[in-house]
Amino acid sequence: MLSLSNLAVARGGVTVLRGLTLTVAPGEALILRGPNGSGKTTLLRTLAGLQPPAEGTCDLPADSVAYAAHADGLKSTLTVSENLSFWSRIYGGPAIDPALRALDLTPLTRRRAGELSAGQKRRLGLARLLVTGRPVWLLDEPTVSLDVASVAMFADAVRGHLATGGLAVIATHVDLGLPEARVLDLGPYRARVIQSTGFDEAFT
Amino acid sequence: MKALLLRDLRLAFRSGGGFGLGLAFFFLLSVLVPLGVGPEGGTLSRIAPGILWVGALLACLLSLDRIFALDHEDGSLDLLATAPIPLEAVVAVKALAHWIVTGLPLTLIAPGLAIFLNLPPAGYPWLVLSLLLGTPALSIIGAFGAALTVGLRRGGLLLSLLVLPLYVPTLIFGGEVVRRGAEHMALATPLALLAAISLGAAALLPFAAASAIRVNLR
Repeated sequence: MLSLSNLAVARGGVTVLRGLTLTVAPGEALILRGPNGSGKTTLLRTLAGLQPPAEGTCDLPADSVAYAAHADGLKSTLTVSENLSFWSRIYGGPAIDPALRALDLTPLTRRRAGELSAGQKRRLGLARLLVTGRPVWLLDEPTVSLDVASVAMFADAVRGHLATGGLAVIATHVDLGLPEARVLDLGPYRARVIQSTGFDEAFT
Repeated sequence: MKALLLRDLRLAFRSGGGFGLGLAFFFLLSVLVPLGVGPEGGTLSRIAPGILWVGALLACLLSLDRIFALDHEDGSLDLLATAPIPLEAVVAVKALAHWIVTGLPLTLIAPGLAIFLNLPPAGYPWLVLSLLLGTPALSIIGAFGAALTVGLRRGGLLLSLLVLPLYVPTLIFGGEVVRRGAEHMALATPLALLAAISLGAAALLPFAAASAIRVNLR
């Protein structure tokens, strides 16, 4: 269970979002929407515990989070299965085969990650989520460079995760085919940017 | 943690990894210095301990910025920071991997290269022992410097400037152990201080480095 109360997040010392109060229950997905620069990534990084909240509280145990950023964290000289089994061992060693199957990576296991296409890399990055075994998924633009079939595959993986009592917070612009997910538009929560009033101020 | 160590070692030994860079540098330095200094054996013997230690130190310095920069670029550092292993352990394991890839091979080939520099025979065991005790400090201090500069553009230059002064005590005591060993003098004090630097660095710096990384990831 994820609960935020009056949360404000800052990027580079400038508050970008404030007044976020919400709860996400197990089995629920929350989709964050907002234009570029509206603070989706900053919010996800704050939820993941990578940066402290500027204000308010974020009630989410750090050991329940699996975070997937823009970058997939893959090593190009390691093979697909080496990359995935590394993360699986870090998270206590669940088997990697179901994750490989879920994202249709089984035929690629012996390829080096550097030789994969952008979409295949992304799928491998998402397969990492399945081996973490963590209940809260925080996903930043997870469907970038995925084709339609892969997006559907990803939606199935998210649905399977929700069915086992997990929850997901997803920042995306694309329709994920998850009609049951709650959508949160970040627009109303944007912190007002204080604009400089120009040169005149100096002369008054 | 073992998984992280194995991954880092595997990455270092695969093509494009950092293995061999420091070693090649150390080799070149030890071969070129005698050619530059000239064939006079007495001079070479006198400077051999210092040259070998300076060479080992610079060879270590070469690969420092890879410790965290590569993981930061491809996003693994963010993922490791949210993983179940504490960041302090990540730093310690990565410093250990760096030592296995650079410090340990340097220690092992140093006696071979000392021949070029005409190191007196009595100095050989002390050369190996001092490098064995001192190079871990170089890796850990280096990991701390790399943690401070992770995410900075051209962090490599700043890293060298930050780390070099911190390397000085290790260099002084390391070189001193070999020099005294070669001249059959008492060397318990520099040897103890060298070990103390390594132990102190290993005990304290992972914590400092982990908090530096946390700040840099924000």
